[in-house]
Amino acid sequence: MYNTADVIIVGSGVIGCAAAYYLAKKGVSVIVLDKDDSIGNGGSSRNGGGVRQSGRDPRELPLAMYGVEHMWPTLSEELGIDVEYHKKGNLRLGKTEKHKEILQGLTDRAVACGLDVRMIDGNEVREINPYLSEEVTCASWCATDGHANPLLTTLGYYKNARALGVRFITGEEVVELQKIKGKLKRVVTKKNVYEGEKVIVAAGYESRSIIQSVGIDVPMRAELIEALVTEAEPKMFEQMLGTADADFYGHQTDHGSFVFGGASGLESTAKDNGKMITASITAPCICRGIMKYIPKLADAKIVRTWAGYEDICIDGIPVISEVEEVPGLILACAFTGHGFGISPVVGKLLSQMATGEETMLDIKEFRYDRFHANI
Amino acid sequence: MTMENIYDRAITLGEYVPEPDDDRIICRCEEITKGEIRRAVHDGMYTITEIRRYLRTGMGLCQGQTCAKLVKSIVARELEVSPAVLEPATSRSPMRPIEMKIFAQEAKEVGDNV
Ligand SMILES: Cc1cc2nc3c(=O)[nH]c(=O)nc-3n(C[C@H](O)[C@H](O)[C@H](O)COP(=O)(O)OP(=O)(O)OC[C@H]3O[C@@H](n4cnc5c(N)ncnc54)[C@H](O)[C@@H]3O)c2cc1C
Repeated sequence: MYNTADVIIVGSGVIGCAAAYYLAKKGVSVIVLDKDDSIGNGGSSRNGGGVRQSGRDPRELPLAMYGVEHMWPTLSEELGIDVEYHKKGNLRLGKTEKHKEILQGLTDRAVACGLDVRMIDGNEVREINPYLSEEVTCASWCATDGHANPLLTTLGYYKNARALGVRFITGEEVVELQKIKGKLKRVVTKKNVYEGEKVIVAAGYESRSIIQSVGIDVPMRAELIEALVTEAEPKMFEQMLGTADADFYGHQTDHGSFVFGGASGLESTAKDNGKMITASITAPCICRGIMKYIPKLADAKIVRTWAGYEDICIDGIPVISEVEEVPGLILACAFTGHGFGISPVVGKLLSQMATGEETMLDIKEFRYDRFHANI
Repeated sequence: MTMENIYDRAITLGEYVPEPDDDRIICRCEEITKGEIRRAVHDGMYTITEIRRYLRTGMGLCQGQTCAKLVKSIVARELEVSPAVLEPATSRSPMRPIEMKIFAQEAKEVGDNV
């Protein structure tokens, strides 16, 4: 059994799978290791499917916009699997003056970066989506936002990468990285040792304990959030929805079911013991939020609820970076709850970084050494 | 070829050979056939969780109560492993489909009704 490849990727989430795919397309040999039994069983298979640009940090916006303009529209064709991408816009809804202020702030910042997003009033909101309650008085509207199916996107990248010869091994928990002669070389799991010229760490929050073994840290925390899905309903609307207060967000899938995500607000102190389990208070709270905005959904049946971790960076944007002190190490973590929408772009960027090519976009904002003490 | 576990996804399963009953419906809620499940295994979906996310087996109204065992045996046979190697997919709350307006009542205090 060979344990060496040009590139070792830790983590088979959508980021790791996308990077593996774009590397394999370049003819690079890749091994992907994941501690879970199943591929992509972290945030990548638990997220709300939002492919949004509005509301994003101006530093991250160029990645989101590149994805929407150049990658998502052709991804189904590229992967030979329908990833259910729809570019039908995002409404971020508001009911109060305070909401309006929040939305206006987000809108102004996005417009300054060249994104086509604008504030609209309650009537225009209901022209776009007639199911929204009369209580909605304003929204920010970005017509080029959308959503896709995260399960099929993650597994679609996996399937294609595997077909191109990438070796995926699950049940392999990485515990340590090791340098040889000053260069990162070894990836040690609980059972085996792997060797690569480049190592991409894309293990979500757990990237932190892995890179600590070579003296590197990323200031992030894990935060549990939840989601739910209804039974299939007749087609109602195609936009992605969110709210100024972030009580919930979601969309109707091709299957007809509605996927909504949200939180109770008590997550940061939850007794989850590090397991992705739902709390009994959260889904009902999300339901109350949804019904206030979309009264018609009160009769929709919830069939499933689940939870997942977001890897929240201290400054709200990911770390996508090479590491000077550890030549060979490439970080891709701290996606802060919006890594799915930019995953095709990040996967491609990582493939360029790992092969020493110039990246198609400037990534200096995502450096690992951008964090400094106050004084 | 036999496998003790399903961790190494690079192992090739050999050609997908069509079978006469491939169009038999296995998951009735989502109308997934035996052939689709067998093909998914060849596409690299080795765990019940992956199959479920790839095809929607067991994701419908009955949440897999009817087809879970059948799906497992088809996948196990395709992988040439014992069904015991395959973990069942996670059961998730609520136990039965429940209307949003009822689920949402959880926080209502007795006092609300007085
Ligand atoms: C409920 C929810 C809703 C979300 N909604 C959206 C949304 O609408 N839009 C959006 O853009 N983003 C959303 N996100 C965020 C998005 O899901 C993530 O940013 C994205 O999936 C990150 O992908 P990843 O590959 O970095 O991480 P993950 O999918 O978490 O993958 C990390 C992988 O690393 C593996 N791993 C961990 N430790 C080890 C180890 N020691 N050794 C080996 N492997 C290891 C894990 O098993 C896992 O498979 C949401 C997240 C959640 C939880």
